[in-house]
Amino acid sequence: MSQIIIAVVIVAVIGLIAGLGLAVASIVFAVPVDEKAEKIRACLPGANCGACGFTGCDGYAAALSAGETSECNLCTPGGNDTAKQIGEIMGLSVGKITPMVAAVMCQGNRTNVEDKLEYSGVHSCKMATQLFGGPKNCVYGCIGFGDCAEVCPYDAIFICDGVARINPDKCRACKKCIAACPRQLIDLFPLDTTKAAVLCRNHDKGAQTRKQCKAGCIGCMKCVKACPMEAVSINNFCATVDYDKCIGCGKCHEACPVGAIDIYTIKKHF
Amino acid sequence: MTKELFSILLTAILTQNFVLAKFLGICPFLGVSKKLNTAVGMSAAVIFVMALATAVTYPINKFLLVKNDLEYLQTIVFILVIAALVQLVEIILKKYMPPLYNALGIYLPLITTNCAVLGVVILNVDEGYNFIQSMFNSMGAGLGFMLAMVMFAGVRERLESCDVPKFMQGLPITLVAASLVSVSFLGFTGIVENIFA
Repeated sequence: MSQIIIAVVIVAVIGLIAGLGLAVASIVFAVPVDEKAEKIRACLPGANCGACGFTGCDGYAAALSAGETSECNLCTPGGNDTAKQIGEIMGLSVGKITPMVAAVMCQGNRTNVEDKLEYSGVHSCKMATQLFGGPKNCVYGCIGFGDCAEVCPYDAIFICDGVARINPDKCRACKKCIAACPRQLIDLFPLDTTKAAVLCRNHDKGAQTRKQCKAGCIGCMKCVKACPMEAVSINNFCATVDYDKCIGCGKCHEACPVGAIDIYTIKKHF
Repeated sequence: MTKELFSILLTAILTQNFVLAKFLGICPFLGVSKKLNTAVGMSAAVIFVMALATAVTYPINKFLLVKNDLEYLQTIVFILVIAALVQLVEIILKKYMPPLYNALGIYLPLITTNCAVLGVVILNVDEGYNFIQSMFNSMGAGLGFMLAMVMFAGVRERLESCDVPKFMQGLPITLVAASLVSVSFLGFTGIVENIFA
């Protein structure tokens, strides 16, 4: 009997000493915690995507509370709600965030573009571009090996018919894919509005583009003339749309002889 | 005397390597060995905690448990002491050495549940080592852990650029590589005894 009592007492005393020691240590060695940073951190989504330009959510919260930045709308995954919450904590008014999603600006699927070589190297767009500008005829278009899909933390990107496509429901506009694409084919596109999108980044002259891809922009200027808002311009034989000016009337889409401009309304279903 | 201590140290590092021969601490071995610098950070923390845990548990075992015929309480008491100790170290590091605290990051609390640390203190008791021998054994165990982690981090970094068949990608190929490294450590058998013969 006394054996059991001694055993219990010894374990209890060791536990008590350890517990008391820790309790005392946590008071004696307490490090003042930045309450503001903790609060801000609680509002952030915690994806650590780095879209804000800081080292993850902790870094952004620390920078905000330390006054290194006063912009509380840098978190794209969190969107307006997060910006509003951070603004309340910081006592700042918040500029509005236009919600965006990433979209791949290329239509170079298997029907539109043919392969010029059989590539059997490392399955990576970055590698493939270095070998004669990639396996496809168009050296500006999507290679479809999915470097962007690999870096996407939300699993939003998939490869369909040799071209990357982005699921707007999953995309949080963290811009990781934009940085990963060796062809700079991915752009942020405004959400829930109807805008024209140029689905091509081919800067070759029209005749050459025509040989490479059936849906490539040939720089014919028809969209520029058709646009009532002067939102479309041609740079280096490829059209670009100013989303601030575009009203989504669809005249450029009708005028385009190759179907390189489309009218998009990207909506989130969830 | 010195000979014996070095024999203990080398045995713990090479022939009786904690990860590759005794298969203790496999979880951090597989989990943290993806990159060289995290592997080094984790192993440094393990060496530190192993030495500290041995230094603290040895007197507790000798003057509390053995005296009262309570050897059967070793496991539970050691777990208690190690967990409290790691917490204490974490609190102190956070206050006085924030850079080291940030570098060790989550690895320090992870060690609380690392069976290699518990294993080394219990094995010290089982082998009947005295205090100095115990310290050498735990230092050796920690260094052996570091050796295994660093080597395997190198292997895994090489694996990254290999063309692995799809069904072997990820954990399967890692386990195969780990077992190969483990088999290679069998080659050290008998070496330590012969060095000090």
